[in-house]
Amino acid sequence: MNSMNTQATVQTPGQSAERVEQQTPAVGQPYTRNNEASHELSIRVRDLNLWYGKSQALSNISIDLFQKNVTALIGPSGCGKSTFLRCLNRMNDLIPSVSITGLVEMDGRDVNAAKMDEVALRRRVGMVFQKPNPFPKSIYENIAYAPRMHDMVSRKADQDELVEKALRDSGLWNEVKDKLQEPGTSLSGGQQQRLCIARAIAVQPDVILMDEPTSALDPISTATIEDLMDKLKEQFTIVTVTHNMQQAARVADYTAFFHLGEVIEYNDTKVMFSTPAQKKTEDYISGRYG
Amino acid sequence: MSDSFDQISQQLKRRHRKSARLKWLSMGALGLAGLFLLWFFTDMLIKGLPAFQQAYVETEISYSEEAAKDARQAIDSDLIPIVSRTEIRSIPLLLRNEPDRIGSRETRWLLANSEVDQYLKGHRSKLSDKEIATVERLVASGQVEQKFNSTFFTQGDSKRAESAGILSAVVGTIMTMIVTLAIAFPIGVMTAIYLEEFAPDNRFTQLIEININNLAAIPSILFGLLGLAIFINFFGVPRSSPLVGGMTLALMTLPVIIISTRTALRSVPESIRHAAFGLGCSRWQVVKDHVLPLAMPGIMTGSIIGLAQAMGETAPLIIVGMVAFIPDVGASFTNAATVMPAQIFTWASEPEKAFVEKTAGGILVLLTILISLNASAVVLRKKFERRW
Amino acid sequence: MMQTNQLLLIFCSVLLILGLIAFFVGRSKAARLRASGSSMYAQPDQYAWFAVLSTAGPAVLVGTLGAFVLLLLGAEIHPLYLLSASLVVAAAGLAVGVVQVRADFHARKAIERVIRWVLAGAALISIFTTFGILISIIFESLRFFEMHSFWEFITGTTWNPGASFLAAAGRGDGSGAQFGSVPLFAGTFMITLIAMLVAVPIGLASAVYMSEYAPSKLRTIAKPVLEVLAGIPTVVYGFFAAITVAPIIVNIAGFFGLDASYNNAVAPGVVMGIMIIPFISSLSDDVINAVPDSMRQGSLALGMTKGETIRDVVVPAALPGVISASLLGMSRALGETMIVVMAAGMRPNLTANPLEDMTTVTVRIVAALTGDQEFESAETLSAFALGLVLFAVTLSLNLVSVIMIRRFREKYRVNNL
Repeated sequence: MNSMNTQATVQTPGQSAERVEQQTPAVGQPYTRNNEASHELSIRVRDLNLWYGKSQALSNISIDLFQKNVTALIGPSGCGKSTFLRCLNRMNDLIPSVSITGLVEMDGRDVNAAKMDEVALRRRVGMVFQKPNPFPKSIYENIAYAPRMHDMVSRKADQDELVEKALRDSGLWNEVKDKLQEPGTSLSGGQQQRLCIARAIAVQPDVILMDEPTSALDPISTATIEDLMDKLKEQFTIVTVTHNMQQAARVADYTAFFHLGEVIEYNDTKVMFSTPAQKKTEDYISGRYG
Repeated sequence: MSDSFDQISQQLKRRHRKSARLKWLSMGALGLAGLFLLWFFTDMLIKGLPAFQQAYVETEISYSEEAAKDARQAIDSDLIPIVSRTEIRSIPLLLRNEPDRIGSRETRWLLANSEVDQYLKGHRSKLSDKEIATVERLVASGQVEQKFNSTFFTQGDSKRAESAGILSAVVGTIMTMIVTLAIAFPIGVMTAIYLEEFAPDNRFTQLIEININNLAAIPSILFGLLGLAIFINFFGVPRSSPLVGGMTLALMTLPVIIISTRTALRSVPESIRHAAFGLGCSRWQVVKDHVLPLAMPGIMTGSIIGLAQAMGETAPLIIVGMVAFIPDVGASFTNAATVMPAQIFTWASEPEKAFVEKTAGGILVLLTILISLNASAVVLRKKFERRW
Repeated sequence: MMQTNQLLLIFCSVLLILGLIAFFVGRSKAARLRASGSSMYAQPDQYAWFAVLSTAGPAVLVGTLGAFVLLLLGAEIHPLYLLSASLVVAAAGLAVGVVQVRADFHARKAIERVIRWVLAGAALISIFTTFGILISIIFESLRFFEMHSFWEFITGTTWNPGASFLAAAGRGDGSGAQFGSVPLFAGTFMITLIAMLVAVPIGLASAVYMSEYAPSKLRTIAKPVLEVLAGIPTVVYGFFAAITVAPIIVNIAGFFGLDASYNNAVAPGVVMGIMIIPFISSLSDDVINAVPDSMRQGSLALGMTKGETIRDVVVPAALPGVISASLLGMSRALGETMIVVMAAGMRPNLTANPLEDMTTVTVRIVAALTGDQEFESAETLSAFALGLVLFAVTLSLNLVSVIMIRRFREKYRVNNL
């Protein structure tokens, strides 16, 4: 839908980047298309505003999230990234002081409408949290619990198969296949987080939201999970909040830069980190403020 | 990949219903507990409030010579089964103390027999038909009335329901509580101060702490056994006295006061202590002049609550004998006495139906005192609460 | 007794006078020394207090020790001698105290050392209490077990102490008396079971409602209201059980064509359960609140309903705490006395039918100690044997409960439980 006007030099993030005049895109669209990514619509957000009581946390957010992509949300602390993420699966409903206007649409349905069952929404939009939070159950049960409750499987054999697939897809199978009855909390931090990811994908959602999934983990676990994200996007749409710009650069197809509750720029990751369209983005990326 | 929203919502209908059921069930449970409370208090009020009304008979008493020997000569023979026997029996004594009354007449309101009282209140009574007729006649002529039962608050226990009062039990409770507090408060506060401010963190201290937590959970009757075996048999403290009762209750109240005092001391922030140390105060001066005054409201609140708990205890006091029959109101630490809960217990064991309402009345008095104590503790806490 | 009172009066007044002398003499001496230029290690007041301590302390100690010796060992010390001895000690203490008013004497430190010992001594009293309970129970129980076999006590199914008071009166040999405690414990457990069946579901469900569903205003009212249930004296509950609840049970049973005694086990069981509700609900509420919110969010994010989250994630996580609360409640029910004394029966009855009258351990303890028996009779001593078993059982329950709550606390790293 739009293109760059002039040549851009690919630079590594963190260094001073040349900002290039880019045509303002249509509402919700990225500045530059990533031709290797799919563009089927997953979630559409229009004019989303959110208040915690009287103070406004999100202002006029409009963004189209695409299927089978990894979309990263970056920006300084407290700029509304996690708040926005939680709007997508209505986890903000748990906070009584929150009020929302605007549209969050999935499958043509307004997610915040009275007719929409938020429990049904969360079955299709899953979430992985910053700190791993496995249930006080065995590894097997952690994964099998939700699909069983959703009537996705009934026979034991089907359950076993589903658990194995989820563990394989999250790269945990070989490490736990002999101790499936051990409590989920007996695993290491990185393993617990992969368990939580396995738990999320076992339900076969459309979208998986990840709220800084690796910020509490060591570098090796972080690398493992980043590889995982790359593999998982073949099956799921992934939207991830990250403080770590390098992580965004590594894994994301599209990146949105948040600042003070607004989306300043939504762009192809490579383009954003080399030739960002907005000055604010450039300042953030080159480390002028954090 | 997954089902559409409509398909999922369909499956969710049953699950939402189950979830709502959980909410209603749990709310119902809370409501049930509340209903129990309501039922209980209503029942006590219904049974107990009548105790504060008692039937009186306007009687003409003739203080004759014959009356000094046989009291039944002093009043109309029809009225003898109506008037309380206690009142009748007191006439000869009165005449012996005031002999110049002989020959005079007097019209006075006397306590009626408890059977009359029960009849007037609509309960089953043991009155004969003739006696009932007499009562009805007197009611019609205004000579039998229900008046406020001041006897309940001014007399001690009695074998006859109409003259039973709770005063001796109240006095006994006060005496016992004095002993309890006099022992438990200083020792409890000192123990807590030692544990919080002075004790080194070693095995001995841990042993004391485990011990205190255990004591708090020991059944109260076992303290009674201690009181019986050691205080009464070994040390020879007089049985049934407020002294032995107070000592036994003090041991029971000790853990409560220790734990609440420790909490109060702990809530004083370290910065206060550090500031005092910085000024060169010794540890004892820090505690005495800086920490203790700030912790005092919490300590008082905890002690009041402990006192209220002790006031309701019965089992250990029964074991050390404080279920004596105490008609006279005395105020001694070493004479036999009874306490309110024990009085309630003895009245509840009386076979006469008339004692049921007295028991309930005593319960109302006890509950009122306890509620006031606890309420004042809460008020005290709110008033002196400081948010650090 | 009169003499003792008079002696006590003399002791106290002389001590008071000596103490006053010590205070003022000590203080003036200290003030004088300071005025004359020497720098003192402590304030004049502190020297004064030290002098008082040195006067009164040893005297009181000697007096108390002597009184103990007199009472316990029955030694032949005339109280007058004891009195004079302690007063002499007091006078000596006075002299020592005054002499110690020197520039190089750390009066304040000395006082504070004494204070520290006094405080530690107070702390020891709680240990003495536990020892006292243990000793009294064990000692008397051993005397009981000399008369009747322990094995029979634990396993026998007949409790009939009747003949024992004849034996104590010197007639008969008490051989008809049997002390098999099984029916007593059966009765206790039956009533406790009924109480738990009432208290645990209502308590846990109330806790779930208060911590997960209730608006905060309702919660602030509900918690204290439930606490009221715990504050009602047990004798009052006993009256309620006997006079109000028992007839209702009899009527309900009659409605179903069943025969129920007025001393049935259901009435005290139900009322005891009501009394225990706050124990369970309060602790469960704290424990449920302590379960980290991240666990709830994880479950909700998977598309679970709130009810499923509570049932399958929160309550299982809180389970150790709930079990701990239930054990504490059970321990309370086992040791409860007044409710059963007033509402349950006196007849030992080994039965599985809660509508029959039966008696419990605590009832028999009270019965054994409030009759007219001699203290030495087997029946009286049997109370202590029963008390011993009761103590052992409740202690074990409390220990397990504490261990469970500690494990829960470690798992979720909470500090306020």
